[in-house]
Amino acid sequence: MAKTLLEKVWEAHEVVPETPETPAVLYVDLHLIHEVTSPQAFTELARRGLSVRRRDRTLATMDHSTPTRTEQVFGGAPIAVEAAAQQVRELDANCTAFGIELLGLPSRERGIVHVIGPELGLTQPGKTIVCGDSHTSTHGAFGALAFGIGTTEVGHVLATQCLLQRRPRSLAINVAGALAAGVTAKDLVLAIVGQIGVAGGTGCVIEYRGGTIRALDMDERMTVCNMSIEAGARAGMIAPDETTYAYLRERPRAARGRDWERALERWHALPTDAGARFDREIDVDATRVEPMITYGTNPGMVMPISGSVPERTADPAFARALAYMGIEAGAPLRERPVNVVFVGSCTNGRLSDLRAAAHVLRGRKVAQGVRMLVVPGSQQVKAAAESEGLDRIFIEAGADWRESGCSMCIGMNGDTVARGEYSVSTSNRNFEGRQGAGARTLLASPLTAAACAVRGRITDPRELL
Amino acid sequence: MKIHSCTVVMPAANIDTDQIIPARFLTTTTRSGLGRQLFADWRYAPDGTPRADFVLNRPEAQGCQILVAGRNFGCGSSREHAPWALRDFGIRAVVSTEIADIFRVNSLKNGLLPIVIDEPTSHWLLEHPGAEVSIDLEATTLTLPSGAAVRFPIEPFARYCLLNGIDELGFLLTRVPQIEAYEQRTARS
Repeated sequence: MAKTLLEKVWEAHEVVPETPETPAVLYVDLHLIHEVTSPQAFTELARRGLSVRRRDRTLATMDHSTPTRTEQVFGGAPIAVEAAAQQVRELDANCTAFGIELLGLPSRERGIVHVIGPELGLTQPGKTIVCGDSHTSTHGAFGALAFGIGTTEVGHVLATQCLLQRRPRSLAINVAGALAAGVTAKDLVLAIVGQIGVAGGTGCVIEYRGGTIRALDMDERMTVCNMSIEAGARAGMIAPDETTYAYLRERPRAARGRDWERALERWHALPTDAGARFDREIDVDATRVEPMITYGTNPGMVMPISGSVPERTADPAFARALAYMGIEAGAPLRERPVNVVFVGSCTNGRLSDLRAAAHVLRGRKVAQGVRMLVVPGSQQVKAAAESEGLDRIFIEAGADWRESGCSMCIGMNGDTVARGEYSVSTSNRNFEGRQGAGARTLLASPLTAAACAVRGRITDPRELL
Repeated sequence: MKIHSCTVVMPAANIDTDQIIPARFLTTTTRSGLGRQLFADWRYAPDGTPRADFVLNRPEAQGCQILVAGRNFGCGSSREHAPWALRDFGIRAVVSTEIADIFRVNSLKNGLLPIVIDEPTSHWLLEHPGAEVSIDLEATTLTLPSGAAVRFPIEPFARYCLLNGIDELGFLLTRVPQIEAYEQRTARS
């Protein structure tokens, strides 16, 4: 019988299949851990006298609460937020106590958990991957089934390497046509979230399919899968292909030699079979996607940057969102002043994202009065960017070049946007207060963010390319 | 498990977990005490004083255990701090036409009932803040003041665990023999 990628990965991980009364016991191949959603899980394990079942399938890093200022990461300066410092210490202590490998603050392999998994070659086709973080959907770009879980479930996986799960429904998003110049994977996924809505994928795993998706590189595929959760889907997947294998080959923790050949054989069988049925299918025309920007307080409130904010007078939530943003219905966003520009996050903090921002900034300056922060997704991304001189471009333009971390995407580590300020951000959420209490976030691509930094105003990046 | 309580109503759609508990409070390493920070940026002015017009600050909302919200409640971040904060505040059930996946699962693991109801029932509840409502987990019904009972769907195993005080991790641990067999079956060189 013809099967989808999701069905194949799911069935290969059923320890006990589901029944009407009980969910499946689903095996987890890779459990990623960070400092914010794990402490209470370790406390529970300790309380019950349990140990970690598969330390070899568990990897910890720190990213959310960690500072990005070099002197705080490496120079011995104290972490500004004491509670964050405490959380960092606690992860360190828990990893020691439970024997879990930690890529801690001084590690050259540290970074945002969803950047380092792929970078190390741990994220692989056909795996089940979980983490106490909703953007775990990122790893689905490799044909893995990867989703975010809560802290109680983090404890379940630590203790048993398994989760109790009901099989999700499947949603195929078929994307056809080439993206125009200046239009990126970020614009594509923002357009998709705008089209299906922030609850459009609830209960589903999305499989992104079609020629447009096949033409994306791995960084771009990760950007797309990353934002699946912004459409309500716990996971997004893309079938593995030569692009995937080329990315993974020779990665430090990918298989080698005969093991690699055997892995390839298994991976070749993963893509959805011809004739397999999805619960739902949606078509997207990529040729119509323009550079996108959000205007409201959820990622579905998004529009082409050249357009005008829609008018929806009957919707009180819509009016409330616009009031929070200080933005008028029916008006264009272009030319509105910007206070802060953030390039980074698990959505757009990889090397190609930094290259895109640098491409716009090369030989230009960040506009007066604009604060720009460029935060690499990992220490390895940082090193790679520096080896090709991207850091010089950012610094000479007047931007701040930092150590890796979640930084201003979540604003719990000292990097925040002030109340009332407008921030053009390459991150994933424009929720009220996401980047700091009262902060106003406009989500966009790295090209758009850099263009806005240069002009100090909302700018269509195509004007500067 | 039965809840009989007045409702508090937050009609906005897409209330995300960053609103329920803003990220700056996630530096805690325990589960308790988050009720004070529930909806912090909506509940308090920047100087920390309670906003009199925010629904949870009104006198009539005190002691209400059922939160009725617009569609897609709990979207966004996977932070379990959201149900922890709601429970710590005293909320025992969240009622909406749609509840986000991760929040729903996290709620069930913390004795917070995610109740999904039809559009007309939701509309009535949103229009009648403070209504006295009963939720019966065993019967899977929500009963309106009129006496009309509406059925709600709930994952049967989670319901069974809540009704019988069964701990899901304890249940998973009884599956260790199957987990071991799976690991042997799939062991790769």
